[in-house]
Amino acid sequence: MSNIIGLIFIGLGLAFDFFGALGLVRLPDVYNRLQAATKCVTLGTCSILFGTFLVVGPVASGMKALLCIIFLLLTSPVSAHAVARGAHRAGVKLCEKSVVDRYSEDKEGEA
Amino acid sequence: MKRIRWFIGTVVLAGVVGLIIIRPLPFLSYPGLPYLSFFGRALYILILACLLCLYRICRGPTGADRIVAIDILGIMIVGLCAVLTISTGRSWYIDIGIAWVLQSFISTLALSKYLEGKGFDE
Repeated sequence: MSNIIGLIFIGLGLAFDFFGALGLVRLPDVYNRLQAATKCVTLGTCSILFGTFLVVGPVASGMKALLCIIFLLLTSPVSAHAVARGAHRAGVKLCEKSVVDRYSEDKEGEA
Repeated sequence: MKRIRWFIGTVVLAGVVGLIIIRPLPFLSYPGLPYLSFFGRALYILILACLLCLYRICRGPTGADRIVAIDILGIMIVGLCAVLTISTGRSWYIDIGIAWVLQSFISTLALSKYLEGKGFDE
């Protein structure tokens, strides 16, 4: 039974990974692409790893999959934030249709 | 020109998706594996996602695009390692996944620091 539930989790994760990569190709801007990409990390790969844990059971490799989920949840938001901040400071433009840019308003207020 | 590119992209994507539905990857799995066709299709889909990331690495207009795509490529390879752990029955693939997560985190931080244009010793 846990086998079937694990396979369902792996299928959901595959769908999220594929659509995240498609968003990485199709969206117009660095920040939009980052938005799609972080979704595909958190929901896609974590769901695949949790499905792996459910399929192989609580043996060594399943516990390592849980450890891998913990590392991903700790590290991926930090790296996404660092890339977004670095891109904005390096002067990468937003796309033309974007409505608001609070970070540059903040920087103008400071200066 | 744009319409031709749309057409080529649609044909390639539809062809690969049809290939995924018709023929799963037969190799890379131990003989008595249950749900073999599911895991073959899973490997196909992850490899396709990695190829989309490679397209963005090649074509990205700025450096930040490339850094995002490299990060996501690493994460997809972690998922590929998790699927290979089940389908080949060898438990050391997940060790590669753990090492890849930590190394990818450090390399992404270093690359974004480089993008920001400061020195590394802040």
